[in-house]
Amino acid sequence: MPKTAIEVHNLTVSYSQRPVLWDVDFSLPEGKLIGIVGPNGSGKTTLLKSIMGLVPLSGGFVRLFDQPLDEVRSQVSYVPQRESVDWDFPARVKDVVLMGRYRPQNLLRRLTRVDREVADWALQQVRMQEFAQRQISQLSGGQQQRVFIARSLAQQANLYLMDEPFAGVDAASEKAILDILLELKDRGKTLLIVHHDLNTVRRYFDWVVLMNTRLVAAGPVEEVFTEANLQAAYGGQLTVLAQVVDRVQEGEFPVREKKGKIG
Amino acid sequence: MDAFWIILTGTLVALCCGLLGTFLVLRQMAMVGDAISHAVLPGIVVAYLLAESRDSLPMLVGAATVGVLATILIEWLHRVGRMQTDASIGLSYTTLFAIGIILISLFTRQVDLDQDCVLYGEIAYVPLDLWIPADGLSLGPRPVWILGGALLLILSFIGIGYKGLQLTTFDPSYAATLGVSTVFWHYALMSTVSLATVVSFESVGAILVVAFLIVPPATAYLLTDRLPAMLGLTALFGFLSAVLGYGMAVATNGSVAGAMAVAGGIWFVLALGIRFFKKKIISIIRT
Repeated sequence: MPKTAIEVHNLTVSYSQRPVLWDVDFSLPEGKLIGIVGPNGSGKTTLLKSIMGLVPLSGGFVRLFDQPLDEVRSQVSYVPQRESVDWDFPARVKDVVLMGRYRPQNLLRRLTRVDREVADWALQQVRMQEFAQRQISQLSGGQQQRVFIARSLAQQANLYLMDEPFAGVDAASEKAILDILLELKDRGKTLLIVHHDLNTVRRYFDWVVLMNTRLVAAGPVEEVFTEANLQAAYGGQLTVLAQVVDRVQEGEFPVREKKGKIG
Repeated sequence: MDAFWIILTGTLVALCCGLLGTFLVLRQMAMVGDAISHAVLPGIVVAYLLAESRDSLPMLVGAATVGVLATILIEWLHRVGRMQTDASIGLSYTTLFAIGIILISLFTRQVDLDQDCVLYGEIAYVPLDLWIPADGLSLGPRPVWILGGALLLILSFIGIGYKGLQLTTFDPSYAATLGVSTVFWHYALMSTVSLATVVSFESVGAILVVAFLIVPPATAYLLTDRLPAMLGLTALFGFLSAVLGYGMAVATNGSVAGAMAVAGGIWFVLALGIRFFKKKIISIIRT
């Protein structure tokens, strides 16, 4: 039985009296690639933010590696949504990746040679080393996402929380990002990914957390990603969903054609 | 010699305000700088009435504290009072500034401050305000020494705190996940802006403080894509604004502070033009 990486206990979060997360409770094992799936506004991003201590909790608690966040902060890395920052900020790719080496302890000191080497390595991992000196506003959406992931890799953490890393990225970036996630998993890291594309859930993830303000189900994909659970999470919201559910049942998932250039 | 001191004073104000203003502009908080520079007025007046002098350190600190209180008030109105940020800024600083004006008009006989001085400053009189210690040797204008000291403080704040300012400006929630306190850096920046405003206020008035907080950084922002270069260009445009402004004031026999603010605007328009044509030229070359 693997150890528990994330324990979320009776978590409730509300924005101006309206609950966004209601009594969410689950435990996730170490070393898995885990997707968080649910309709828009179902609290996926809020769940990630409350695990990272970015939003005040109305109730419940979160433990990571069986400890409070402050004890294990250096082992946890967060990749926010790409849209959450201003990409016109005067910085180059390397400046952003180096931020992954910032710590409260070294904030007033200069970065070391090791810090710079780790940042170079992280850029190589996302196959962006030739963009190191590029202004960040001159990147495509997928490249910006890879810069954010490189910054996170530079933290050399054990647990990675990523908010929609596949949203609005080109095919080459999607492949590059997936390769990184799989490699991190092979190295025993735990990854919790907010995901919106139901078509790829089965191919990408080992475990899935299905939610809609409340937790619908959390567990291995083959047990949890079922028609009944998807209905419970999405309700009758999507007509397209019906077809997805049929295919899930029939097990005949079309692997999406990979178009264009893939490195 | 007067020209030298006036331009030097203008440049020192431009550097104090502009370097900090760079971070305000990038944080999309330019109007908060505007607010602080007005809100310190009641602090200046009250501290002046209590200390009965214009050059005491307690007065600077007291007035700068009011500036920070103004930013706390703005945050409070926004979070607790549920007002939009721009509305809470507009409400806080107009009220505080007006209180300052009333205080001045009430105590105008006791106080060597007036409304004109508050708005336009008295930079033209800087060369007259000499610092002459007991031995009788003049050390140059007093404001130059005060602004120079403030500039050293601001340069060391930005030098030592560069990474913290850069990180919390670019991506505050990521900073928080690293365990870096965004609240600390917010108020550290606000206190320093407050200090810069108070020391600049007396020489150049509220209008030029606001202009130097925002215009040189906005000009630099148009011309570069690196933060260190943006700080450098801000300093350059601050200096150029002081020089051009002084020249224009002499030519027109007008307000020095007003002319320096206009000069900042002129450099901005030039930078806008350069950027526009650079894009045009690049797109012509590419097609």
